[in-house]
Amino acid sequence: MATTEPQVRATDAAATAVAAPAPTALVSVRALDAFFGPTRAVRDVSLDFLEGQVTAIIGPSGCGKSTLLRCLNRMHETVVTARVEGEVRLDGKDIYDRGVNPIEVRRRIGMVFQRPTPVPTMSIRDNVTAGFRAAGSGAPSRTEQHEIAEWALRRAALWDEVKDRLNDSAMALSGGQQQRLCIARALATRPRVLLLDEPTASLDPLSTQKIEELVYELRGDVTVVIVTHNMQQAARVSDRTAFMLMGDLVEVAPTSRMFTSPADERTEAYITGRFG
Amino acid sequence: MASTQLHGASVGDRIYRFTTTAFALSIPLLLVLLAIEVVVAAWPALKAFHLGFLTSSEWDAVNGVFGAAPAIYGTLVSSLLALLIATPLAIGVAIFLSEFAPPWLRQPVAFLVDLLAAIPSVVYGLWGIFVLVPFLREHVMPFLADRLHLGDTPLFSGPAYGPSMLAAGLILAIMVLPYISSVTREVLMAVPRSQREAALALGATRWEMIWGAVLPYASSGVMGGVILGLGRALGETMAVTMVIGNRHEISSSLFAPGYTMASVIANEFSEATNDMHLSALMAVGAVLLAITLVVNIIARWLVWRVERRGQA
Amino acid sequence: MIALTVLAALLATLPLVLILGLLLKQGASSLNWAFFTAMPKPVGESGGGMANALAGTMMLIAIASAIGLPVGIGAGMYLAEHRGGRLASVVRFLSDVLNGLPSIVVGIFAWQFLVRPVKHFSALAGGIALAVMMIPLVARATEEMIRLVPNSLREAALALGYPRWRTSLTVVLRTALPGIVTGALVAVARIAGETAPLLFTAFGNQFWSTSLTQPISALPLQIFSYAISPYEEWHSLAWAGALVLLALVLVISLIARFVTRSRFGHGHD
Repeated sequence: MATTEPQVRATDAAATAVAAPAPTALVSVRALDAFFGPTRAVRDVSLDFLEGQVTAIIGPSGCGKSTLLRCLNRMHETVVTARVEGEVRLDGKDIYDRGVNPIEVRRRIGMVFQRPTPVPTMSIRDNVTAGFRAAGSGAPSRTEQHEIAEWALRRAALWDEVKDRLNDSAMALSGGQQQRLCIARALATRPRVLLLDEPTASLDPLSTQKIEELVYELRGDVTVVIVTHNMQQAARVSDRTAFMLMGDLVEVAPTSRMFTSPADERTEAYITGRFG
Repeated sequence: MASTQLHGASVGDRIYRFTTTAFALSIPLLLVLLAIEVVVAAWPALKAFHLGFLTSSEWDAVNGVFGAAPAIYGTLVSSLLALLIATPLAIGVAIFLSEFAPPWLRQPVAFLVDLLAAIPSVVYGLWGIFVLVPFLREHVMPFLADRLHLGDTPLFSGPAYGPSMLAAGLILAIMVLPYISSVTREVLMAVPRSQREAALALGATRWEMIWGAVLPYASSGVMGGVILGLGRALGETMAVTMVIGNRHEISSSLFAPGYTMASVIANEFSEATNDMHLSALMAVGAVLLAITLVVNIIARWLVWRVERRGQA
Repeated sequence: MIALTVLAALLATLPLVLILGLLLKQGASSLNWAFFTAMPKPVGESGGGMANALAGTMMLIAIASAIGLPVGIGAGMYLAEHRGGRLASVVRFLSDVLNGLPSIVVGIFAWQFLVRPVKHFSALAGGIALAVMMIPLVARATEEMIRLVPNSLREAALALGYPRWRTSLTVVLRTALPGIVTGALVAVARIAGETAPLLFTAFGNQFWSTSLTQPISALPLQIFSYAISPYEEWHSLAWAGALVLLALVLVISLIARFVTRSRFGHGHD
């Protein structure tokens, strides 16, 4: 399987950062297997996620792309009977090492799910600072919380829409706003990696566009991994794309190359719509 | 930002897991402890009378001879009488609510029926003493015995005192009705649409559909509800104690006073002076515990079976 | 045939109407301010109230809740978080069995376990007996309510770096709280009217008592002993007591019914 990647030159994103030093792998997956009971949902995957880039994972339903994503912040193991083998290195440290606290891993790697998941009993502001408050040893001051909320909401392009009602329930927001709130919540802890699990699957086209613009904005500062079943979306937002099929990583390549001249014929079959 | 320090323990998680597990374990422990304590309390009487405790009708506290047969008989008869009256009514109510009632009527009627379950037992007993028993004595019993000439049959013979097996059965019927009807309503609603539609597609009327497709499908769940009601009736204490007449005698007549296991315990506990009398009361409790355990386990199993089939 | 089911519904609600009607008529005519503030009077003296029994009932409810709510909620959280687990299935089943046991058997247990060793009746023993009845009710209600909280919410909290305990308490339990409050109130309403287990534990007391270790009176106990007494004066007090007890139970049940359900779900789906 593709483990070390040739340096990316051809993509739009890389072109904008042409003067920057070559991106290094922030998250490295090595020989990863993920199981549900006896079923092996991810098979021997090795893959690098480059710092500051957006990597899309595509593939038909049930191909293991969400499971792979959930292995990156140790969410997979929260399911009963789920099991992981292999390595995932964050900044060179294996997050599956003995003694590593999954909570510490999750505090450094933000995650956003298919459906918006604001905490219904919390206000908009409290939702944004929830992860931040959980991480801090002492309770941050009121002003500190407000500053963080504003910073994260601006980052998620939601500030102007909610700045006058930060104390309202998060459930009063629309679905798209709720999803951007969840992104703000994930960003508030200043994670180095942001995992997006089909973040626009339950949203209308306009909200989807806003989220995509947001993902595009985040590149450079945050390393983003986005799982999507929408190939156009992958083509629009990502620097690199990985294609998975039945638990295997078939191919990973710069996005522009992946969609123009894929190396593997299964990839070609998928992106030309012959299955999935 | 650069240093990635991932280590650390989650003490809170361990405390949390330990606490909730301990609380969960408290339920089986309580049940085991309860069974042990009741048997320990009953032991002297059980040892002294053996199986005779279950079959003897003699209950003489002064001479220290105890046989629980009348109380066991009374418990079974009053509970069966209650089920006989309550079951058809409860199923009728459940069918009305799940099939026929207009939507605006469903909630209020269901609420009223459920309310019956909220009335404390002692309040039923109070009503029983001052309303139901006099009414039975002055109207129902004379009517059954003299007008319908049933006075010579074993079931309705003897003088009409008022406090009686009949009174106990009636008041129990009112008390268990909400339990049976709410379980029945639930299992009726768990019957899949396809069952109903298949019957209707064959040209069945609404009633034929219920009788031929819905009820058979739900029957074991309804049975579970009835047995659940039986469990309630067997253990019901205060209301029965107040209307059954409290007499250690087995009589075929529903007009005659009797005793139930629960009411023997409640009624004689404060006047029991010697240890054997107390232990005999506890032994009655142990028998009651054993019977209700079996009845409950059967009921839960039946209801669980239907609910699982409904989900599948 | 439809008419038969309508008749069944009418017959089923008839006793309720009769009982409520009579309680209102009899109870209201004997109910006065003294009922709530005065102590019981000896036979032959008119007047008197049930102040001690009211206080006793409140105290017994408080003891039972203090024990039964934490244990029941904790057990319910365990059940909800270990859905398929073997221990959870056993606990769930036994909890239903415990719930179905006659209250008088629970009374015997509490007597043998708590009263007999120390040789005297006490409010504490009464409260514990009621707590034993509360635990399975609260546990099952808590489990049901927590199951209504979408799993995605739990995952979101975990993904934010919340430890499990914090996820369970501040996100899941907090979201399910209105439903759990309803379940707790239903359980309180159920035990508030219980008499049988108290005969062996709290026992009743003609005097004012707030001591945990002394026998204590309770509204249902007082109603029972007045109802089976031969005195007119006490009968009317029993009616007044029954009206107050039923009002208490119904008010708690109604509050339980109208506690606002929480805002589950996702807004836009």
